[in-house]
Amino acid sequence: MADAHQHAPESPASGGAGPSRRDFLRQSLRGAAFLALGGAAGFLASRTARAGNIWQIDPYLCVQCGKCATHCVLNPSAVKCVHAYEMCGYCELCTAFFEPDPNGLNTGAENQLCPTGAIVRTFVEDPYFEYRITEDLCIGCAKCVKGCTAFGNGSMHLQVRHDRCLNCNECSIAVACPAGAFKRVPANRPYLMKGKRSEP
Amino acid sequence: MRRTRGLLLLAALAAACTGAFGEERFPPPEFTATQYALPAPTRPEARDGMRAGVDVAVLFGALCLSAWLVLRKRSRRGVYALMVFSIAYFGFYREGCVCPIGGIQNVSQAAWAADFVLPLSALAFFFLPLVFTLIFGRVYCASVCPHGALQDAVVLKPVQVPAWLDHALGLLAYLYLGLAVLWAVTGAAYVICEYDPFVPLFRMTGSVNMLTLGAVFLLAGAFVGRPYCRYLCPYGAILRLLSPLSRWKVSIYPDRCIDCRLCDTSCPYGAIRPTTPVGPAPPRAPDRRRLAITMVLLPLIVALCALLGSGLSGPLARMHPAVQRAEAVARGAESVADLTKDDADRLLAFRQNAATAAALPEEARDVMERFHRTAPWFGAWVGLVIAVKLIALTLRRRRDEYLADRGACVACARCFDYCPGEKGLLDPEIAARARRP
Repeated sequence: MADAHQHAPESPASGGAGPSRRDFLRQSLRGAAFLALGGAAGFLASRTARAGNIWQIDPYLCVQCGKCATHCVLNPSAVKCVHAYEMCGYCELCTAFFEPDPNGLNTGAENQLCPTGAIVRTFVEDPYFEYRITEDLCIGCAKCVKGCTAFGNGSMHLQVRHDRCLNCNECSIAVACPAGAFKRVPANRPYLMKGKRSEP
Repeated sequence: MRRTRGLLLLAALAAACTGAFGEERFPPPEFTATQYALPAPTRPEARDGMRAGVDVAVLFGALCLSAWLVLRKRSRRGVYALMVFSIAYFGFYREGCVCPIGGIQNVSQAAWAADFVLPLSALAFFFLPLVFTLIFGRVYCASVCPHGALQDAVVLKPVQVPAWLDHALGLLAYLYLGLAVLWAVTGAAYVICEYDPFVPLFRMTGSVNMLTLGAVFLLAGAFVGRPYCRYLCPYGAILRLLSPLSRWKVSIYPDRCIDCRLCDTSCPYGAIRPTTPVGPAPPRAPDRRRLAITMVLLPLIVALCALLGSGLSGPLARMHPAVQRAEAVARGAESVADLTKDDADRLLAFRQNAATAAALPEEARDVMERFHRTAPWFGAWVGLVIAVKLIALTLRRRRDEYLADRGACVACARCFDYCPGEKGLLDPEIAARARRP
């Protein structure tokens, strides 16, 4: 099926002995294109790294608008609430855990701010309680973050969790973020967490 | 109990009113009664890692295979099989998000801004198909690109797009390329990714608008072959320029062409150029005159469009989030009631955070400055594209056989299947006799 003619670089339709003017032009342009591509690739190679940039939220810019829960291409979102325990006051009345003016300081669903019950409240010692985030349940709605930041120590904050994030070339939450809190960070320092102990 | 709670709440409110930003309203406790240890925060690693290297290897392998299937094996069936693989791997498995089309933006931003890091894999993904195109033609579009493969697979009853419309719409891709590069180098947005019609389908998630757009493209693709590739794809626009220079090319048995036109009707992309009609050639003088006029007009068109581009720098800058925020604040100062929901959120964010609020006006000015500098170049690019198209339209070439246009052909290998010469159905001597002198 494949005879030699098919694979000749250029069709010798012109019938002449040497390459036609058109072929010569094509060859020269091809050479130039190769050189240009090589040059561009070489120039860019000096600006490459093994890993590139990934998306992260600057918790100090975040205004807890709630768009992280709704605008991520993933459902549930790759943005989760993380807890800087060293900053936490371990309050009995946690404004991140309880609805404003709760019926009682217990784990009743009607008292909880979190729509998915992702925060686990456990007694540590009088009068302190620990609050842990169950990431599988967290949808990144930032209701707890808002409560904690407005009335508490601000130990709860949102972060893009990279085990879930698809690292889209254009993060669709970043496009929607009203505060410009989303940044591209180097992949080897992927988190912008609050608290000193969170420094890698 | 109730009283303590009320007190606590009061304390909390009082703390909130002091205006301190978060920290240390309630000093972290010293745990004395228990051996409580502070849990350490987890920082899960990124999902990728080795994957990028594997992807580049798969891309290279697929490109080699595609070139072999198109040029050597000449098998539509093989191309189709590779298409299915690409849709499955690059599409549904890798979710369309390591891709040379979007890579245009990463590469141009890396070329522009020295502090922007480009992963090696992105560099490879951008350049490998270009190199392959210079050697073998558009074998990337044929069956490696999941976007192209998906559209190729849904072609049902393609209609021939009229030449004038095809030429005009073809310019859109170059316009889109210019816009994408402009917005990438100014750090405004990655529009190609943001408005990619097929990635939401591959991910089976995304906004309703984008999913609808993807469905519309696929539906349109049943009747207009590869609408995205031909009229929008910015990477396709680059490949269309490089492909005519390729070392090898798709050829439809040129020595056995009997003018049966089967290849022409089989091509859903209008890429087959028919033979020049028999008879005396039309006079060349009008074409020459048109060529001369467009050559003279070229710098004028470019200059005019550059001027237009610089005039458009304001609206173009609105794609940048900092400008959007600054404008929302400015509008909010006039009347809060008329703000859109997004602008209201931006205004709220601005008021909530003093640090960013202070920096915003300068940032927005900075961005506007950047757009003032780059927008004329975008305009000049648009002018150049229009002028070069006008010049190309005046050129004419005599063809003695049916040929695939080297730029427009996406090497889908359909015509091989239709050509009777290819199938060995023609006695070469009959073919030779049937051929025009």
